[in-house]
Amino acid sequence: MGLERQEVLAGLTEIIVEETGLPAEAVEDDKSFVEDLDVDSLSMMTIVTLAEDKFSVRIPDDAVKDLTTVGAAVDYIIGAGESA
Amino acid sequence: MTGLHAAAQAGVSSPAAALAGSPADAGLPAGAPTCAQILAIDAVRGENLVPNEELIGPIDSTDEWIKSRTGITTRARANPEQDVIDLAASAATKVIRRAGLTPDQIDAVILATVTHFYQTPSAAAILAARIGAVGAAAWDISAACAGFCYGIAQADALVRSGAARHVLVIGAEKLSDFIDPADRTISYLLGDGAGGAIVGVGEVQGIGPTVWGTDGTKAELVGQTRGWLEEGSGQPTLIQQGPSVFRWAVTQMPKLAKQAMDAAGIGASDLAAFIPHQANMRIVDQLVKVLRLPDHVVVARDIAETGNTSAASVPLATERLLREGQVRPGGLALWIGFGAGLTYAAQVVRLPASHKRDTNEEHDNNKE
Repeated sequence: MGLERQEVLAGLTEIIVEETGLPAEAVEDDKSFVEDLDVDSLSMMTIVTLAEDKFSVRIPDDAVKDLTTVGAAVDYIIGAGESA
Repeated sequence: MTGLHAAAQAGVSSPAAALAGSPADAGLPAGAPTCAQILAIDAVRGENLVPNEELIGPIDSTDEWIKSRTGITTRARANPEQDVIDLAASAATKVIRRAGLTPDQIDAVILATVTHFYQTPSAAAILAARIGAVGAAAWDISAACAGFCYGIAQADALVRSGAARHVLVIGAEKLSDFIDPADRTISYLLGDGAGGAIVGVGEVQGIGPTVWGTDGTKAELVGQTRGWLEEGSGQPTLIQQGPSVFRWAVTQMPKLAKQAMDAAGIGASDLAAFIPHQANMRIVDQLVKVLRLPDHVVVARDIAETGNTSAASVPLATERLLREGQVRPGGLALWIGFGAGLTYAAQVVRLPASHKRDTNEEHDNNKE
Protein backbone atom coordinates (compact mmCIF):
# COMPACT_ATOMS: atom_id res chain seq x y z
CA MET A 1 0.00 0.00 0.00
CA GLY A 2 1.37 3.41 -0.96
CA LEU A 3 2.04 6.26 1.39
CA GLU A 4 -0.69 8.90 1.78
CA ARG A 5 0.44 12.40 0.88
CA GLN A 6 -0.92 14.09 4.00
CA GLU A 7 0.63 11.42 6.15
CA VAL A 8 4.04 11.94 4.54
CA LEU A 9 3.78 15.74 4.77
CA ALA A 10 2.88 15.51 8.46
CA GLY A 11 5.73 13.10 9.20
CA LEU A 12 8.25 15.12 7.23
CA THR A 13 7.10 18.29 8.97
CA GLU A 14 7.82 16.70 12.34
CA ILE A 15 11.35 15.92 11.22
CA ILE A 16 11.93 19.43 9.83
CA VAL A 17 10.59 21.02 13.03
CA GLU A 18 12.92 18.83 15.11
CA GLU A 19 15.95 19.72 12.98
CA THR A 20 15.31 23.45 12.49
CA GLY A 21 13.32 24.49 15.54
CA LEU A 22 10.79 26.20 13.25
CA PRO A 23 7.06 26.08 14.09
CA ALA A 24 5.11 23.44 12.17
CA GLU A 25 3.04 26.18 10.52
CA ALA A 26 6.15 27.38 8.69
CA VAL A 27 6.51 24.08 6.86
CA GLU A 28 4.35 24.02 3.75
CA ASP A 29 4.38 22.19 0.44
CA ASP A 30 5.84 25.03 -1.59
CA LYS A 31 8.48 26.14 0.90
CA SER A 32 12.10 26.01 -0.25
CA PHE A 33 14.42 24.22 2.15
CA VAL A 34 17.25 26.66 1.55
CA GLU A 35 15.44 29.95 0.91
CA ASP A 36 12.46 29.66 3.27
CA LEU A 37 13.44 27.17 5.97
CA ASP A 38 17.16 28.01 6.22
CA VAL A 39 18.09 24.33 5.90
CA ASP A 40 21.72 23.96 4.83
CA SER A 41 23.15 20.94 3.05
CA LEU A 42 24.19 19.18 6.28
CA SER A 43 20.81 19.67 7.93
CA MET A 44 19.23 18.42 4.71
CA MET A 45 21.22 15.20 5.03
CA THR A 46 19.96 14.77 8.59
CA ILE A 47 16.39 15.34 7.43
CA VAL A 48 16.54 12.82 4.58
CA THR A 49 18.24 10.23 6.79
CA LEU A 50 15.50 10.56 9.40
CA ALA A 51 12.89 10.44 6.63
CA GLU A 52 14.40 7.21 5.33
CA ASP A 53 13.94 5.61 8.74
CA LYS A 54 10.46 7.04 9.27
CA PHE A 55 9.01 6.01 5.91
CA SER A 56 11.18 2.95 5.21
CA VAL A 57 12.39 4.31 1.89
CA ARG A 58 15.82 4.90 0.36
CA ILE A 59 16.88 8.44 -0.60
CA PRO A 60 20.35 8.32 -2.19
CA ASP A 61 22.76 11.24 -1.83
CA ASP A 62 22.48 11.99 -5.55
CA ALA A 63 18.73 12.53 -5.26
CA VAL A 64 18.94 15.03 -2.41
CA LYS A 65 20.02 17.98 -4.55
CA ASP A 66 16.74 17.79 -6.46
CA LEU A 67 14.63 17.95 -3.30
CA THR A 68 14.50 21.73 -3.28
CA THR A 69 11.04 22.13 -1.73
CA VAL A 70 9.07 20.33 0.94
CA GLY A 71 6.61 19.22 -1.73
CA ALA A 72 9.38 17.77 -3.89
CA ALA A 73 10.62 15.77 -0.91
CA VAL A 74 7.12 14.51 -0.15
CA ASP A 75 6.65 13.43 -3.77
CA TYR A 76 10.01 11.67 -3.80
CA ILE A 77 9.21 9.77 -0.62
CA ILE A 78 5.84 8.67 -1.98
CA GLY A 79 7.48 7.55 -5.22
CA ALA A 80 10.23 5.71 -3.38
CA GLY A 81 7.61 4.04 -1.20
CA GLU A 82 5.69 2.82 -4.25
CA SER A 83 8.79 1.37 -5.89
CA ALA A 84 10.05 -0.26 -2.69
CA MET B 1 42.13 -0.88 38.10
CA THR B 2 40.17 -3.16 35.86
CA GLY B 3 41.63 -4.14 32.53
CA LEU B 4 39.69 -3.84 29.31
CA HIS B 5 38.86 -6.89 27.28
CA ALA B 6 41.56 -7.69 24.77
CA ALA B 7 41.10 -9.25 21.37
CA ALA B 8 41.83 -12.97 21.34
CA GLN B 9 45.54 -13.66 20.98
CA ALA B 10 45.23 -16.50 18.54
CA GLY B 11 48.40 -18.38 17.84
CA VAL B 12 50.58 -16.70 20.45
CA SER B 13 52.43 -19.27 22.56
CA SER B 14 49.67 -21.77 21.90
CA PRO B 15 50.73 -25.24 23.02
CA ALA B 16 48.87 -26.63 20.03
CA ALA B 17 51.11 -24.65 17.75
CA ALA B 18 54.22 -26.32 19.08
CA LEU B 19 54.03 -29.59 17.23
CA ALA B 20 56.01 -32.56 18.38
CA GLY B 21 58.33 -34.18 15.90
CA SER B 22 61.20 -32.92 13.82
CA PRO B 23 62.55 -29.37 14.28
CA ALA B 24 61.11 -28.48 10.88
CA ASP B 25 57.63 -29.18 12.16
CA ALA B 26 58.04 -27.57 15.59
CA GLY B 27 56.52 -24.24 16.53
CA LEU B 28 58.82 -21.23 16.58
CA PRO B 29 59.40 -19.25 19.76
CA ALA B 30 56.90 -16.43 20.26
CA GLY B 31 57.26 -13.24 22.26
CA ALA B 32 55.78 -13.41 25.73
CA PRO B 33 52.15 -12.24 25.52
CA THR B 34 51.39 -9.35 27.83
CA CYS B 35 49.05 -6.39 28.34
CA ALA B 36 49.20 -3.06 26.52
CA GLN B 37 48.45 0.39 27.84
CA ILE B 38 48.62 4.01 26.73
CA LEU B 39 51.54 5.30 28.82
CA ALA B 40 51.52 8.93 27.69
CA ILE B 41 49.90 11.35 25.26
CA ASP B 42 51.19 14.67 24.00
CA ALA B 43 50.84 16.95 21.01
CA VAL B 44 51.86 20.12 19.22
CA ARG B 45 49.70 22.45 17.15
CA GLY B 46 50.62 24.75 14.31
CA GLU B 47 51.77 28.02 15.85
CA ASN B 48 49.40 30.30 13.96
CA LEU B 49 45.73 30.42 14.87
CA VAL B 50 44.15 31.56 11.61
CA PRO B 51 40.70 33.16 12.06
CA ASN B 52 37.84 32.69 9.62
CA GLU B 53 38.15 36.30 8.47
CA GLU B 54 41.48 35.52 6.83
CA LEU B 55 39.98 32.79 4.65
CA ILE B 56 36.56 34.06 3.60
CA GLY B 57 37.66 36.23 0.66
CA PRO B 58 38.59 33.52 -1.87
CA ILE B 59 35.53 31.42 -0.99
CA ASP B 60 33.13 34.39 -0.96
CA SER B 61 31.85 33.48 2.48
CA THR B 62 31.47 34.90 5.98
CA ASP B 63 32.69 34.18 9.49
CA GLU B 64 29.12 33.30 10.45
CA TRP B 65 28.73 30.83 7.59
CA ILE B 66 31.90 28.96 8.54
CA LYS B 67 31.00 28.92 12.24
CA SER B 68 27.47 27.70 11.66
CA ARG B 69 28.54 25.07 9.17
CA THR B 70 31.63 23.75 10.96
CA GLY B 71 31.89 25.17 14.50
CA ILE B 72 35.37 26.41 13.63
CA THR B 73 36.55 29.85 14.75
CA THR B 74 40.27 29.37 14.12
CA ARG B 75 42.50 26.63 12.76
CA ALA B 76 46.09 26.02 13.84
CA ARG B 77 48.50 26.30 10.94
CA ALA B 78 52.23 25.75 10.94
CA ASN B 79 54.86 28.12 9.64
CA PRO B 80 55.80 27.68 5.96
CA GLU B 81 59.28 26.43 6.74
CA GLN B 82 57.97 23.54 8.87
CA ASP B 83 57.08 20.22 7.30
CA VAL B 84 55.06 17.32 8.61
CA ILE B 85 58.13 15.57 10.01
CA ASP B 86 59.06 18.70 11.99
CA LEU B 87 55.63 18.63 13.61
CA ALA B 88 55.84 14.89 14.20
CA ALA B 89 59.30 15.19 15.77
CA SER B 90 58.15 17.88 18.20
CA ALA B 91 55.20 15.78 19.34
CA ALA B 92 57.32 12.62 19.52
CA THR B 93 59.97 14.23 21.68
CA LYS B 94 57.33 15.53 24.07
CA VAL B 95 55.45 12.26 24.41
CA ILE B 96 58.58 10.15 24.90
CA ARG B 97 59.69 12.52 27.65
CA ARG B 98 56.24 12.50 29.21
CA ALA B 99 56.34 8.68 29.33
CA GLY B 100 59.62 8.87 31.23
CA LEU B 101 61.46 7.11 28.43
CA THR B 102 64.49 7.84 26.31
CA PRO B 103 64.36 7.49 22.50
CA ASP B 104 66.54 4.39 22.51
CA GLN B 105 63.78 2.58 24.42
CA ILE B 106 61.36 2.95 21.50
CA ASP B 107 61.05 -0.33 19.62
CA ALA B 108 58.71 0.81 16.85
CA VAL B 109 57.63 4.12 15.32
CA ILE B 110 54.28 4.25 13.54
CA LEU B 111 53.49 7.51 11.77
CA ALA B 112 50.01 8.11 10.40
CA THR B 113 49.95 10.88 7.81
CA VAL B 114 48.71 11.80 4.35
CA THR B 115 50.85 14.92 4.00
CA HIS B 116 54.33 13.47 3.49
CA PHE B 117 55.45 14.43 -0.02
CA TYR B 118 57.68 11.42 -0.65
CA GLN B 119 56.57 7.95 -1.73
CA THR B 120 59.79 6.72 -0.14
CA PRO B 121 61.60 6.78 2.23
CA SER B 122 58.87 6.81 4.82
CA ALA B 123 58.38 9.80 7.07
CA ALA B 124 58.53 7.41 10.03
CA ALA B 125 62.09 6.33 9.18
CA ILE B 126 63.22 9.95 9.07
CA LEU B 127 61.26 10.74 12.22
CA ALA B 128 62.88 7.84 14.09
CA ALA B 129 66.33 9.10 13.16
CA ARG B 130 65.43 12.71 13.97
CA ILE B 131 64.37 11.88 17.52
CA GLY B 132 67.22 9.48 18.26
CA ALA B 133 65.35 6.21 17.85
CA VAL B 134 67.63 4.76 15.17
CA GLY B 135 67.18 1.01 15.13
CA ALA B 136 63.47 1.10 15.89
CA ALA B 137 61.16 -0.43 13.32
CA ALA B 138 59.43 2.44 11.56
CA TRP B 139 56.68 2.76 8.98
CA ASP B 140 53.94 5.08 7.76
CA ILE B 141 50.21 4.47 7.72
CA SER B 142 48.00 6.00 5.03
CA ALA B 143 44.58 5.76 6.63
CA ALA B 144 43.76 9.47 6.61
CA CYS B 145 41.69 10.63 9.57
CA ALA B 146 41.49 7.09 10.97
CA GLY B 147 45.28 6.75 10.83
CA PHE B 148 46.01 7.34 14.49
CA CYS B 149 43.42 4.80 15.62
CA TYR B 150 44.80 2.33 13.07
CA GLY B 151 48.24 2.95 14.57
CA ILE B 152 46.98 2.30 18.08
CA ALA B 153 45.50 -1.00 16.86
CA GLN B 154 48.87 -2.01 15.45
CA ALA B 155 50.79 -0.89 18.52
CA ASP B 156 48.40 -2.72 20.82
CA ALA B 157 48.93 -5.93 18.88
CA LEU B 158 52.71 -5.49 18.81
CA VAL B 159 52.95 -4.99 22.56
CA ARG B 160 50.50 -7.74 23.46
CA SER B 161 52.32 -10.21 21.23
CA GLY B 162 55.67 -9.37 22.78
CA ALA B 163 57.06 -8.00 19.50
CA ALA B 164 57.69 -4.58 21.07
CA ARG B 165 57.75 -3.10 24.57
CA HIS B 166 57.33 0.56 23.65
CA VAL B 167 55.66 1.77 20.46
CA LEU B 168 55.51 5.42 19.46
CA VAL B 169 52.30 6.17 17.53
CA ILE B 170 52.14 9.59 15.92
CA GLY B 171 49.38 11.20 13.87
CA ALA B 172 50.84 14.20 12.06
CA GLU B 173 49.58 16.41 9.27
CA LYS B 174 50.58 19.62 7.60
CA LEU B 175 47.33 19.94 5.69
CA SER B 176 48.00 23.58 4.83
CA ASP B 177 50.42 22.24 2.20
CA PHE B 178 47.44 20.64 0.42
CA ILE B 179 44.82 23.38 0.33
CA ASP B 180 43.34 25.49 -2.42
CA PRO B 181 42.25 28.80 -0.83
CA ALA B 182 39.34 29.00 -3.32
CA ASP B 183 38.05 25.50 -2.52
CA ARG B 184 34.71 25.60 -0.71
CA THR B 185 34.57 21.92 0.20
CA ILE B 186 37.29 21.34 2.78
CA SER B 187 40.25 23.73 2.72
CA TYR B 188 38.84 26.21 5.24
CA LEU B 189 38.39 23.40 7.78
CA LEU B 190 41.98 22.22 7.77
CA GLY B 191 44.74 22.77 10.32
CA ASP B 192 48.22 21.47 11.08
CA GLY B 193 49.53 19.54 14.06
CA ALA B 194 50.88 16.32 15.46
CA GLY B 195 49.89 14.21 18.40
CA GLY B 196 51.16 10.97 19.72
CA ALA B 197 50.93 8.20 22.24
CA ILE B 198 53.36 5.75 23.74
CA VAL B 199 51.86 2.26 23.87
CA GLY B 200 53.73 0.06 26.28
CA VAL B 201 53.54 -2.92 28.59
CA GLY B 202 51.06 -2.63 31.43
CA GLU B 203 49.90 -4.75 34.33
CA VAL B 204 46.37 -4.85 32.97
CA GLN B 205 44.99 -4.33 29.46
CA GLY B 206 44.33 -0.65 28.82
CA ILE B 207 43.32 -0.76 25.15
CA GLY B 208 40.05 -2.33 24.11
CA PRO B 209 39.71 -4.28 20.88
CA THR B 210 39.82 -2.05 17.83
CA VAL B 211 36.74 -2.15 15.62
CA TRP B 212 37.84 -1.04 12.20
CA GLY B 213 37.45 -1.29 8.46
CA THR B 214 37.14 0.51 5.16
CA ASP B 215 34.46 1.16 2.56
CA GLY B 216 36.26 1.73 -0.72
CA THR B 217 32.96 1.95 -2.59
CA LYS B 218 32.84 5.52 -1.24
CA ALA B 219 36.47 6.35 -2.00
CA GLU B 220 35.42 9.27 -4.21
CA LEU B 221 33.92 11.19 -1.27
CA VAL B 222 37.23 12.51 0.12
CA GLY B 223 40.59 12.78 -1.61
CA GLN B 224 42.76 14.76 -3.97
CA THR B 225 41.68 16.93 -6.87
CA ARG B 226 43.71 14.65 -9.17
CA GLY B 227 46.59 12.19 -9.20
CA TRP B 228 50.18 13.43 -9.15
CA LEU B 229 50.73 12.37 -12.78
CA GLU B 230 47.51 13.83 -14.16
CA GLU B 231 47.82 17.16 -15.93
CA GLY B 232 46.76 20.34 -14.17
CA SER B 233 48.18 23.54 -12.77
CA GLY B 234 49.95 23.36 -9.47
CA GLN B 235 49.97 20.39 -7.15
CA PRO B 236 46.87 18.35 -6.25
CA THR B 237 44.89 19.65 -3.29
CA LEU B 238 42.27 18.12 -1.03
CA ILE B 239 38.58 18.02 -1.85
CA GLN B 240 35.49 16.34 -0.41
CA GLN B 241 31.77 15.84 -0.91
CA GLY B 242 30.93 17.30 2.47
CA PRO B 243 27.22 16.50 2.80
CA SER B 244 27.75 12.86 1.80
CA VAL B 245 30.65 12.48 4.22
CA PHE B 246 28.52 14.05 6.94
CA ARG B 247 25.68 11.65 6.24
CA TRP B 248 27.97 8.62 6.24
CA ALA B 249 29.65 9.69 9.48
CA VAL B 250 26.51 10.44 11.47
CA THR B 251 24.78 7.24 10.39
CA GLN B 252 27.68 4.76 10.52
CA MET B 253 29.95 6.01 13.32
CA PRO B 254 27.39 5.58 16.11
CA LYS B 255 27.23 1.89 15.20
CA LEU B 256 31.02 1.72 15.30
CA ALA B 257 31.04 3.45 18.68
CA LYS B 258 28.63 0.93 20.13
CA GLN B 259 30.61 -1.97 18.69
CA ALA B 260 33.82 -0.65 20.25
CA MET B 261 32.15 -0.25 23.66
CA ASP B 262 30.60 -3.72 23.42
CA ALA B 263 33.96 -5.20 22.46
CA ALA B 264 35.58 -3.52 25.46
CA GLY B 265 32.85 -4.78 27.75
CA ILE B 266 31.71 -1.31 28.83
CA GLY B 267 28.70 0.98 28.41
CA ALA B 268 28.53 4.70 27.65
CA SER B 269 28.10 5.43 31.37
CA ASP B 270 31.59 4.01 31.98
CA LEU B 271 33.21 6.58 29.71
CA ALA B 272 35.01 9.64 31.02
CA ALA B 273 35.47 11.10 27.55
CA PHE B 274 34.20 10.81 24.00
CA ILE B 275 36.90 11.82 21.56
CA PRO B 276 35.85 11.46 17.93
CA HIS B 277 37.86 12.65 14.95
CA GLN B 278 37.49 16.42 14.81
CA ALA B 279 36.05 16.59 11.29
CA ASN B 280 33.29 19.11 11.86
CA MET B 281 31.52 20.25 15.02
CA ARG B 282 28.19 19.42 13.39
CA ILE B 283 29.30 15.78 13.13
CA VAL B 284 30.49 15.78 16.74
CA ASP B 285 27.17 17.23 17.90
CA GLN B 286 25.15 14.75 15.87
CA LEU B 287 27.17 11.77 17.17
CA VAL B 288 26.62 12.91 20.75
CA LYS B 289 22.90 13.25 20.07
CA VAL B 290 22.52 9.84 18.44
CA LEU B 291 24.65 8.05 21.04
CA ARG B 292 22.74 9.72 23.91
CA LEU B 293 25.89 10.03 25.97
CA PRO B 294 25.40 10.69 29.68
CA ASP B 295 26.08 14.25 30.82
CA HIS B 296 29.21 13.28 32.73
CA VAL B 297 30.98 12.16 29.53
CA VAL B 298 33.29 14.95 28.40
CA VAL B 299 33.09 15.55 24.66
CA ALA B 300 36.18 16.68 22.77
CA ARG B 301 35.57 19.85 20.78
CA ASP B 302 39.12 20.81 19.91
CA ILE B 303 38.06 21.53 16.33
CA ALA B 304 36.69 24.95 17.34
CA GLU B 305 40.20 26.29 17.79
CA THR B 306 42.49 23.80 16.04
CA GLY B 307 40.44 22.88 12.95
CA ASN B 308 40.39 19.49 11.28
CA THR B 309 43.89 17.99 11.46
CA SER B 310 43.09 14.55 10.00
CA ALA B 311 45.30 11.85 11.58
CA ALA B 312 46.44 14.25 14.30
CA SER B 313 43.00 15.24 15.53
CA VAL B 314 42.26 12.44 18.00
CA PRO B 315 45.54 12.76 19.95
CA LEU B 316 45.38 16.57 19.74
CA ALA B 317 41.87 16.59 21.17
CA THR B 318 42.87 14.11 23.87
CA GLU B 319 45.88 16.18 24.84
CA ARG B 320 43.71 19.26 25.23
CA LEU B 321 41.27 17.49 27.55
CA LEU B 322 44.11 16.20 29.72
CA ARG B 323 46.10 19.45 29.72
CA GLU B 324 43.07 21.55 30.62
CA GLY B 325 41.98 19.10 33.30
CA GLN B 326 38.63 18.50 31.61
CA VAL B 327 39.02 14.75 32.00
CA ARG B 328 40.66 12.86 34.80
CA PRO B 329 43.80 10.86 34.00
CA GLY B 330 43.16 7.15 34.10
CA GLY B 331 39.57 7.49 32.86
CA LEU B 332 38.15 5.60 29.90
CA ALA B 333 37.96 7.35 26.54
CA LEU B 334 36.31 6.29 23.30
CA TRP B 335 38.44 7.17 20.30
CA ILE B 336 36.93 7.16 16.82
CA GLY B 337 38.77 8.00 13.62
CA PHE B 338 37.08 8.17 10.22
CA GLY B 339 37.90 9.68 6.88
CA ALA B 340 39.23 9.27 3.37
CA GLY B 341 39.11 5.76 2.02
CA LEU B 342 36.64 5.63 3.56
CA THR B 343 38.49 4.36 6.61
CA TYR B 344 37.23 3.99 10.15
CA ALA B 345 38.49 2.68 13.49
CA ALA B 346 37.38 2.92 17.10
CA GLN B 347 38.67 1.68 20.40
CA VAL B 348 38.07 2.29 24.10
CA VAL B 349 41.30 3.20 25.89
CA ARG B 350 42.24 3.93 29.44
CA LEU B 351 43.91 7.34 29.46
CA PRO B 352 47.38 7.60 31.03
CA ALA B 353 47.37 7.48 34.81
CA SER B 354 48.87 10.95 35.10
CA HIS B 355 49.30 14.00 32.89
CA LYS B 356 51.33 16.54 34.83
CA ARG B 357 52.56 19.80 33.40
CA ASP B 358 55.71 19.22 31.34
CA THR B 359 58.24 21.13 33.39
CA ASN B 360 60.99 20.33 30.89
CA GLU B 361 59.00 22.12 28.22
CA GLU B 362 58.62 25.17 30.45
CA HIS B 363 62.36 25.10 31.02
CA ASP B 364 62.95 24.85 27.27
CA ASN B 365 60.64 27.78 26.61
CA ASN B 366 62.37 29.91 29.23
CA LYS B 367 65.69 29.34 27.51
CA GLU B 368 64.39 30.65 24.20
